[in-house]
Amino acid sequence: MSKGKLGYYNPQKPQENRITDIGPCHYGQMLPPVIRRNYGKWVSHRILEPGLLVHISETGEKAFTVRAAAPRLMSVEHIREICDIADQYCNGYVRFTTRNNIEFILEDEAKAKALIKDLNSRKHVAGSFKFPTGGTGMGMSNIVHTQGWVHCHTPATDASGPVKATADVLFDEFKNMRLPAKLRIALACCLNMCGAVHCSDIALLGYHRKPPAIDHDVLGKVCEIPLVVAACPLYAIKPITTEDGKKSVQVNVEKCMYCGNCYTMCMALPLADKEGDGIAILVGGKISNRKSMPKFSKVIVPWLPNNTPRWPEVTNTVKRIVEVWAKDANKYERVGEWAERIGWEKFFEKTGIPFTEKSLDDYRLAVDTYRTSTQFKYTDHAWAVSKAVGGI
Amino acid sequence: MGIPGQEKLWDKEEKGHRTYNDIRIFTDEQLKNYTEEELKNFKPKHDISLLGELEKGPWPSFVSDIKREALHRHKLGQENLMIPAEICDDLLGVVELSYKEGETHWKHGGIVGVLGYGGGIVGRYCDQQEKFPNIAHFHTIRVNQPGAKFYTTDWLRGFCDIAEYRGSGLTNLHGSTGDLVILGSFTDQLEPIFFDLTHDLGNDIGGSGGNLRTPSDCIGKARCEFACYDTMDMCYEMTMTFQDELHRPAFPYKFKFKFDGCPNGCTASIARSDMAYIGTWKDDIRINQDAVKAYVAGEIPPDGGAFAGRDWGKFDIQAEVIDLCPTKCMQWDGKKLTINNAECNRCMHCIDAMPEALRVGLDQGVSILFGAKAPILEGAQMAVLTIPFMYAKHPYDNIKDLVRKVFDWWIEEGKNRERIGETIQRVSLKKFIEVLGVPPMPQMVKEPRSNPYVFFKEEEVPGGWTRDINAYRARHPR
Repeated sequence: MSKGKLGYYNPQKPQENRITDIGPCHYGQMLPPVIRRNYGKWVSHRILEPGLLVHISETGEKAFTVRAAAPRLMSVEHIREICDIADQYCNGYVRFTTRNNIEFILEDEAKAKALIKDLNSRKHVAGSFKFPTGGTGMGMSNIVHTQGWVHCHTPATDASGPVKATADVLFDEFKNMRLPAKLRIALACCLNMCGAVHCSDIALLGYHRKPPAIDHDVLGKVCEIPLVVAACPLYAIKPITTEDGKKSVQVNVEKCMYCGNCYTMCMALPLADKEGDGIAILVGGKISNRKSMPKFSKVIVPWLPNNTPRWPEVTNTVKRIVEVWAKDANKYERVGEWAERIGWEKFFEKTGIPFTEKSLDDYRLAVDTYRTSTQFKYTDHAWAVSKAVGGI
Repeated sequence: MGIPGQEKLWDKEEKGHRTYNDIRIFTDEQLKNYTEEELKNFKPKHDISLLGELEKGPWPSFVSDIKREALHRHKLGQENLMIPAEICDDLLGVVELSYKEGETHWKHGGIVGVLGYGGGIVGRYCDQQEKFPNIAHFHTIRVNQPGAKFYTTDWLRGFCDIAEYRGSGLTNLHGSTGDLVILGSFTDQLEPIFFDLTHDLGNDIGGSGGNLRTPSDCIGKARCEFACYDTMDMCYEMTMTFQDELHRPAFPYKFKFKFDGCPNGCTASIARSDMAYIGTWKDDIRINQDAVKAYVAGEIPPDGGAFAGRDWGKFDIQAEVIDLCPTKCMQWDGKKLTINNAECNRCMHCIDAMPEALRVGLDQGVSILFGAKAPILEGAQMAVLTIPFMYAKHPYDNIKDLVRKVFDWWIEEGKNRERIGETIQRVSLKKFIEVLGVPPMPQMVKEPRSNPYVFFKEEEVPGGWTRDINAYRARHPR
């Protein structure tokens, strides 16, 4: 590789030796030999123990895969250690999964078991595991997440921190396969959802609760006011001239739902606020077509505070949901399938999560979520309504 | 294939392949330049008492990891780095500040890039530059990951050297869309990074902004018996065909391709991509009756052993497979499993539950769905089933033709920052399928519409829209 401030780049002749549009390296050269020999020939698979899969080919060959967790925010020192391990056990091949797990593929089962032992023996000096194995079968896989306070300009919460805190609390579910179905948790630190958490069993979503602050001094100079006005999905923004004659905008705070789309268009409308920001919890989504169709996650807790550094309100709620689901659900039932079978009123009853007026949708198409039937189950929520109208 | 003529550049199984030693920046001594003891005693520049709490607990700690990189950079020294040696210290410092204040310290936007491209690099600046000068710039470089995220360690070590020498040494493996992400570089290092990536690693950068985002794929036929088409080949071929769309933003907003080999959807294409390719089949599920009997007899664990951590009792094929089939198209008479394939909707449950007895059909292709996106702005959408089945064979000319129709229409019709799912919602699915030149099918909807507000075309109604009020009044006096 090049060295020095400019490397191969010559600013006097910026086009010289420029290579463009070459795309990614071809995957073919990155595949371990056992994968090349059996590409398209796989017949079946088994999970031999948590974190260890075997795939069987029609040629009779077997590929053993060891899966380990990783924080997706990773230093090159960490990656180099992964490379050292891959050199030692896998002839220099390694891969990562969509959910940011590390996978080592081997041809020999005994060697795979030795690798598992090795991986679980490696710890950071402060004590956390570097490469805990697991994340297979009916357990929790890695929690996918976004950038948060480490790198992003719009977050309503951190990403790596609440994920670490949640994964600590659910660590045993990563190491075991004792849940009724797969458990997929994801975190996005704002509504933009670069993490697209909206179809997860449990989604943690950063949420602002205050309308934007308006930087009248610069807004008219740095932003296109018509675009800012048009950016608001609720038509809450209108152009104004301030008393001291500056072109700016006004936000109808009654209408604002704090989505931050105006901030995406204009840096003079920041939303971040210590008291305002926190995490909403959504549950019951899935992306697989297995048994039932893919589902969206539903908001069950509208907001919990950013209680740094460990977000106990969030992790306690998540743990509670997982425990109640694990105990109550039938075999093969994802969180959303379970909640639909028992009825959402029972979900709230069993988990003890309060159902508030904020759980009643009041955005577009809210009517689609209204129950238009006499089919319901009695819970304390129902008795409270009956009492309130003098019905009982 | 990377640099033309160098398709096997990194292939360890080929003679004369490139190795890490051919391109490395750091020596072995530089890479192993601290002891465990030094790491234990290491204190980063700023107080991190809140973040320090996240070093505890069993899950891999990102804080411990960043500290490790901070120490490594200290020991490498500024003379061996193009980016501040204390960049990780300042990053920990600013994140600690956010943990105290509950607010981010990253500024809004910043347009940076490499010559000739409009995407792939995201500008980022800190709003506390006096306190944390080493993270004044903290740009992101999205690197187009090789298919299904397979790597050789030679290549990955080369990537690490670039990310450390010309970046903060911190990365995302991987970004949400799938890219390898180099975090924390400065503007003057973007071109040198791009040159190193293309010249030495033979790899391009990915997408950002209003362009085709870096496509991603599941592991497919490389290691999965469920894959109904070659996801890795198709992802690669489509990435290469649409390089211009990927690098030079010409779209109203982002556009994502994702390739899932089967309806289990490990890549989440149905929730996350504007154009989702999901493998499927159109013949019969293959049945091995002896293996079915072995499952019933308890000789093979269901779901490949995925339930092994709890005692769920004996496998009950009737309760666990037949009764859970969403279309009730299966029967087990105690000896033989039969499937009425015409009624099957290919949900995968029976195949997932008994992978050694049941296999996906052999006449394979893709279903194509359009328009998934996260909530901003009109609410989250999942992709709508638009093309039920298409053969997906290299070089995928039939599918590329379809993609071009979609791009041409959406570039014209889409509004600024409108995902195609929102465009379809705004102008209607009816209009969209007209553009694609496909007829409507009931499979496009969950159920027929319940409101009768049907729009008709003028030519469909005899006499058209031109009305004569005098003729009307002749029949109906005021």
